[in-house]
Amino acid sequence: MTDASADIQNYEPTFGDYFALLKPRVMSLVIFTALVGMLVAPVPVHPIIGFAAILFIAIGAGASGALNMWWDADIDAVMRRTAKRPVPSGRVGADEALALGVALSGLSVVMLALATNLLAAALLAFTIFFYIVVYTMWLKRLTPQNIVIGGAAGAFPPMIGWVAATGSLSVEAFAMFALIFFWTPPHFWALALFMKTDYHDAGVPMLTVTHGRRVTRNQIFTYSAVLAAVSLATGLTTLGGPAYWTAAILLNAWMMFGAFRIWRRGEAEAEGDGYKVEKKFFRFTLSYLFLLFAAFFVDALLTRLGAI
Amino acid sequence: MFARTHELHKRRLSRNVGVGLCLLGFVVLMFGLTVVKVTNGDPMQGFDHVLRPEMIPAEEN
Repeated sequence: MTDASADIQNYEPTFGDYFALLKPRVMSLVIFTALVGMLVAPVPVHPIIGFAAILFIAIGAGASGALNMWWDADIDAVMRRTAKRPVPSGRVGADEALALGVALSGLSVVMLALATNLLAAALLAFTIFFYIVVYTMWLKRLTPQNIVIGGAAGAFPPMIGWVAATGSLSVEAFAMFALIFFWTPPHFWALALFMKTDYHDAGVPMLTVTHGRRVTRNQIFTYSAVLAAVSLATGLTTLGGPAYWTAAILLNAWMMFGAFRIWRRGEAEAEGDGYKVEKKFFRFTLSYLFLLFAAFFVDALLTRLGAI
Repeated sequence: MFARTHELHKRRLSRNVGVGLCLLGFVVLMFGLTVVKVTNGDPMQGFDHVLRPEMIPAEEN
């Protein structure tokens, strides 16, 4: 037995290792979008109920993360980006990830139902099911459209936040869903362009692997155009206001410019500057989503204060 | 007489403290939720030793 493997066998998982199973970085985006979805809803929510709802939505998202790490431990171990996660690195057993995921899934759904309403809880349950069964277990390793489909799971939180406040679905909830849904593919395909061999090594049929990098660049441009149309159309719902329109016009112009630059250039040029444009675009997409949702909130605040 | 602290307890300290704090937070949150729901008069129903109107057969007219 090597020293390293002896170390890992004697290793006692810390609280932080279990917390890392919940994918805290993904959770932070879920918390933010769900919170905005709840705050922009026309029905005010008591702060404690609102806090509980966001907490349980976040725990549900974390549970999905733990279940995802349980199922995907084999490919996580191969990819550089994910090799240090608790399960592939041996700090936490796969069975523990499964147990934690199942327990927290049940807890989050039941508690969200008790804190808010059944529809919100049902949507959370569906999100977990969709992310784990439809995306992780079924389609992720089967189709190059995996990112498009997986994006749907990430698009649910603002919708759940809205439903937690109002108790029903409406065009605004679907608009927020569509925004994240169409944002996901360009975001992840930009990542796939510069994380060159990771997905290939792991045998995940990323678009870059199955259809080539040229097609991926075309698709990034296409989805960015659809995203721009969707985000501008969202401005026509009650979510739109001066802050949103300003943000949407500026951010979409920048997004289209970035997507155009990615589309225009070839691999040789990208290799030459170390995927500078792709990396910049990837980072920008994060700000894009954050700023659009922040603008929703600013407009809702202005409306509530009677400024518009 | 308590057993002496085993080395294992030291290794698991962060985990146990973390779980303890989570449980404590959960209890506090449940209490807060209950207070808010009761004071808001949200629709709710007890199931033990309380009258449940829908269980009473409807009277014939």
